[in-house]
Amino acid sequence: MLEVNAIDSFYGQSQVLFNMSLAVKDGEVVTLMGRNGMGKTTTIRSIMGLTPARHGSIRFRNKEITSHSPYRIARLGIGLVPEGRLISPNLSVEENLVATANAGPSGAGRWDLDAIWAMFPRLRERKSSMGNQISGGEQQMLAIARALMTNPELLLLDEATEGLAPLIRQEIWGCLRNLKEEGQSILVIDKNIQALTEIADRHYIIEKGSVVWEGTSRMLLKDQMVKRQYLGV
Amino acid sequence: MNWLLLLEQILNGFQLGLLLFLLAAGLTLVFGIMDMVNLAHGSLYMMGAYFCATFTGWTGSFLIGALLTLPAVFLLGVVVEVVALRTLYARDHLDQVMATFGLILFFNEATRLIWGPIGLVIPLPEFLNQTVEIIPGAPYPAFRLAIILVGFLIAGLLYVIVSRTKLGMLIRAGASNRDMIGALGINIRLLFTLVFGLGAALAGRAGLMAGPILSVEIGMGESILILTLVVIVIGGIGSIKGAFIAAILIGLIDTVGRSFLPEILDLVLPSQTAATAAPAISSMMIYLLMALVLAIKPQGLFPPKGVGR
Repeated sequence: MLEVNAIDSFYGQSQVLFNMSLAVKDGEVVTLMGRNGMGKTTTIRSIMGLTPARHGSIRFRNKEITSHSPYRIARLGIGLVPEGRLISPNLSVEENLVATANAGPSGAGRWDLDAIWAMFPRLRERKSSMGNQISGGEQQMLAIARALMTNPELLLLDEATEGLAPLIRQEIWGCLRNLKEEGQSILVIDKNIQALTEIADRHYIIEKGSVVWEGTSRMLLKDQMVKRQYLGV
Repeated sequence: MNWLLLLEQILNGFQLGLLLFLLAAGLTLVFGIMDMVNLAHGSLYMMGAYFCATFTGWTGSFLIGALLTLPAVFLLGVVVEVVALRTLYARDHLDQVMATFGLILFFNEATRLIWGPIGLVIPLPEFLNQTVEIIPGAPYPAFRLAIILVGFLIAGLLYVIVSRTKLGMLIRAGASNRDMIGALGINIRLLFTLVFGLGAALAGRAGLMAGPILSVEIGMGESILILTLVVIVIGGIGSIKGAFIAAILIGLIDTVGRSFLPEILDLVLPSQTAATAAPAISSMMIYLLMALVLAIKPQGLFPPKGVGR
């Protein structure tokens, strides 16, 4: 579904990604782990076209998207849940969902307001509140729901549970588990190895802008050295 | 105090205020969403007046001329955005000021070449070119009344568009977070072009309505641009609601102040002093108001939520 092939990305003069590669297959949940500043968010931004890769190629559903603009990449079926959530503060919860909604690349996506309300009853209760009046956990749910409303084939989650209370985290992981069961492909960044290994199929660990380890959940749980060296656990 | 004069001046104040609002709405959206200073907004106002004069001359009907002017100024706005302004969004405000000041010179010269240095007249149809008695004994020009009605109508329409439609949601979301709505599948360039065209059409609308009252001449956009900038600064840059309230406020204070300040000053000052001070003070009043508002609320009366946070 998604193939990132040996990309180099830069912020101005400084190179952040070096020969970075990863892949997500249909229906897979894949994680991207690593310490801060190693290039996880840049990888997501490059896929999304927000920080276009200078070399290498990114293909989605066998289409070259490396130099597409973000809105075209989004319309091909990639939904972004950005770091920091970036909820529009001057739109209500419902407006945040509706403003950018679309039926997805197939034109027959399953996500509409009713489906979102069923998955996130808390958002329904707060649908008239403004985006800056809801809690951080609700904002994160809203960011996920907003991406789902574009009916993406691949969901990109940058920092799924960062800065959230434990109970809210549980809720977010539960929701991702449901999405996986429905066959939603997901690429997720987070630091919670325990939760990630329970949900995800495969993992990439990134260090200084390239992948240094990849493998399944079982391999990751066994490999104490990798966890100590690259994740600081 | 002369109550009929007061009523007339209040109506004149609303009329000026609503004209200012039409200009300010476009300017504040462009400034708020695209972070773009567009000094050439007054030129679009001027083009509205010239287009309307020309179309009215061709068709012989002011109403048809006015109707044709709107899409024409919309298209002109789209062309200006695509050709010139699009490249300026990423530049700093000083570059934008210089480039759009260049556009003012361009439009003034182009107008001189096409229509000549002498101003034009927009003839009004009979039914607008008369007075109406709003209350018995108080005749008021029908066209000015029409400006007020149309102004309120457009303000209402704009309110519905911004607060109820998907386009309005995107305009508001774009003001707080441009990149994000792009990453959610919205073509921001197209959205900006549309918003700019809409703003241009509103400015053109203001120009064609001001044309018959003031005069259609080169440079007519510059003086009103200053007032419009005052309006959006007082209202809070990016806020349509703020622009509306500030525009009405400025219109009323400017108009009513000019006609009644001499009388008011006469009560507290010697009449000789009052007579000389009044004109000076009344032309300063809106700037004093702006200074006062900025001192108390530096972001304007209604800063859009999410800005400056």
